[in-house]
Amino acid sequence: MASSPKEPRGWKELPLAALPYKLSLEYKTGDWRALRPVIDHNKCTKCFTCWIYCPEMAVIWDGEKMNINYDYCKGCGICAHECPVKAITMVPETSE
Amino acid sequence: MAVAKQIPHVPPEKQILMSVNGDEAVAYAVKQSLVDVVAAYPITPQTIIVERFSEFVANGEVHTEFIAVESEHSAMSACVGAAAAGARAFTATAANGLALMWEILYIAASLRLPIVLAVVNRALSAPINIHCDHSDAMGMRDSGWVQLFVENSQEAYDTTIQAFKIAEDPRVLLPVAVNLDGFFLSHTLEDVRMLPDEVVHEFLGGYRKVYKTYVDYLGKEVELKLDPANPLSFGPLDLYDYYFEHKMHQVEAMKHVPEVVKEVNEKWYELSGRRYGDGILVPYQTEDADVIVTVLGSTAGTVRYVVKKLREKGYKVGMVRIRLFRPFPFDEIREVLKGAKVIGVMDRAISFGSYGPSFLEINTALYDLKEKPLLVNYIYGLGGRDAPPDLIEKMFMELLEIAKTGEVKEKIRFLGVRE
Repeated sequence: MASSPKEPRGWKELPLAALPYKLSLEYKTGDWRALRPVIDHNKCTKCFTCWIYCPEMAVIWDGEKMNINYDYCKGCGICAHECPVKAITMVPETSE
Repeated sequence: MAVAKQIPHVPPEKQILMSVNGDEAVAYAVKQSLVDVVAAYPITPQTIIVERFSEFVANGEVHTEFIAVESEHSAMSACVGAAAAGARAFTATAANGLALMWEILYIAASLRLPIVLAVVNRALSAPINIHCDHSDAMGMRDSGWVQLFVENSQEAYDTTIQAFKIAEDPRVLLPVAVNLDGFFLSHTLEDVRMLPDEVVHEFLGGYRKVYKTYVDYLGKEVELKLDPANPLSFGPLDLYDYYFEHKMHQVEAMKHVPEVVKEVNEKWYELSGRRYGDGILVPYQTEDADVIVTVLGSTAGTVRYVVKKLREKGYKVGMVRIRLFRPFPFDEIREVLKGAKVIGVMDRAISFGSYGPSFLEINTALYDLKEKPLLVNYIYGLGGRDAPPDLIEKMFMELLEIAKTGEVKEKIRFLGVRE
C-alpha cells in the first residue's frame, strides 16, 4: 500500500481477519465518557492515589501537578472515588 | 489436458487398501495431513476419530500436539488459539458437542482460521439420541464455515485431506467442516484406498503456510499469526464503525470457495483417480429427468440405487447429491434442476416452524426461473430412522404422480414417520 486510504476505510482497504490496522494508541476512547473528572488543584495533595488507581493510565504527572488525559479517560470515576481529599469531581460531559 | 503433472498419478493398486470405518478413515486422513494440533473431546459417534488419532500420537507416529480438553467449547477454543499461532489444527465432534462449540465456530470463521472439523452427524437432544441426522450441522450453517457432506467412508478420507487444502487456500482462509453420517458411515466397515504419506504431504504443500498480510503500523507484510516479533491483535473490540466492513470479508471469501473446491476435486482426481462430481454437486441421471431428488450425505447411495432401478422400468427420474452446502451452490443447482417437472428435496433436519434447510435454499435457487419446477420437501431419517429403498421408491412414486397431475397437495412431507 503506497498511499494511505481515506478514513474511515472501506472494507476493500482493510486487512483480513478483522485485524486492527492501527495501534490502540490511535483509538481515542475518551469519547465514551459521560462524566468528566475535574481536579481541584487547590485541594490536590499530589499523593498519586488517582495515578495508581486509573485503569486507563489517563492520569498524567507533568512534574508539577496531576492532569487527566481526556483522549483516553473513559470517565469511570475511580479516581474521584479513591481521592482521599475529594479533590476530583465528576462533571457531566453535557455541562461546560 | 496434456498438462505435465508434478505429482504422479497413484494407480489404485499402488494405493493402500484398508478396511476401516468412516471415523477411522478420517483419523488416517488427519494422520497424513501433517496436523500440528488436535484438540478434542469424545462424543458418540465421533469418538473413534480422536481415539485412533490419540493412538497415533502415543505411538509417536505423528508430530501432533494432542490436547485432551474438558469440553467441546474448549476443543474449538484451543483450535482457534493454535490456528492463530500458525498451526494446522483439527478437531471432531457431533450433535450436542457441536452445539457447545457454537460461539467459537463464529470466532474461528471471522478470524479466518483454516481449522478443519469433522462433524459426525448425529441428532440433537432431547430426547437423547446418538444416531444420524443433520440437525447438528444445520445449526452451524450460518457460522461462516464451509460445509461439505460426504457419501461414504472413502469420500470421508478424501475430503478430510482436501478440506485442509481448501481451508488454507489464500482465496478462502476459512474453516471447513467435513460432515459424515453418524453410524451409517462412522461405524460401518468399508474398503478405503489411501494414498502414500508423501503423496498427501506433497498435495498439501507440506506444513501449513501462513497467509501474509500488510500491517500499516508495522510498515510491512507479516504472517497473519500471533508472533511476538510482529505483534498483532486478534478479535479486539470492533463496533458499529468497522464490524460491518469486516463481515464483508467473510462474504467475499465465501464467493471463492466453489472454484477452490472444484480445483481441489480435480487435483485429487489426477492424484487418486477419484472425484465427486464437480466437487460441489454430484448429479446422477438428471439430464432428461422429469423428477429429480436432492439429497445430502450417505442416503445418496440408496437414492442412486432406487433411481437405477426405476430407470430400468422406464421412469425418467434422477438425483443430485449436494456435496457443498455452505456456500450453497445456487447457480450450479439451478442448472441441474431447471429442466425437471418436479423436485423432491430430502432433508434429514427440520427448522421447526419452517421447512428443511436445503428446501429453503433450493426454493431460493429456483425463484428466478421463468418456468419453475414444482417442489416438495421430504423430511426423513430424523434420529437415525432408516430410509430403505422401498421408502425412497414410495417418495419417487408420489413425485411422479405430481409430475402427472401438476398438483402439490402437501409442500412438506414426513417420510417414514408413524402417525
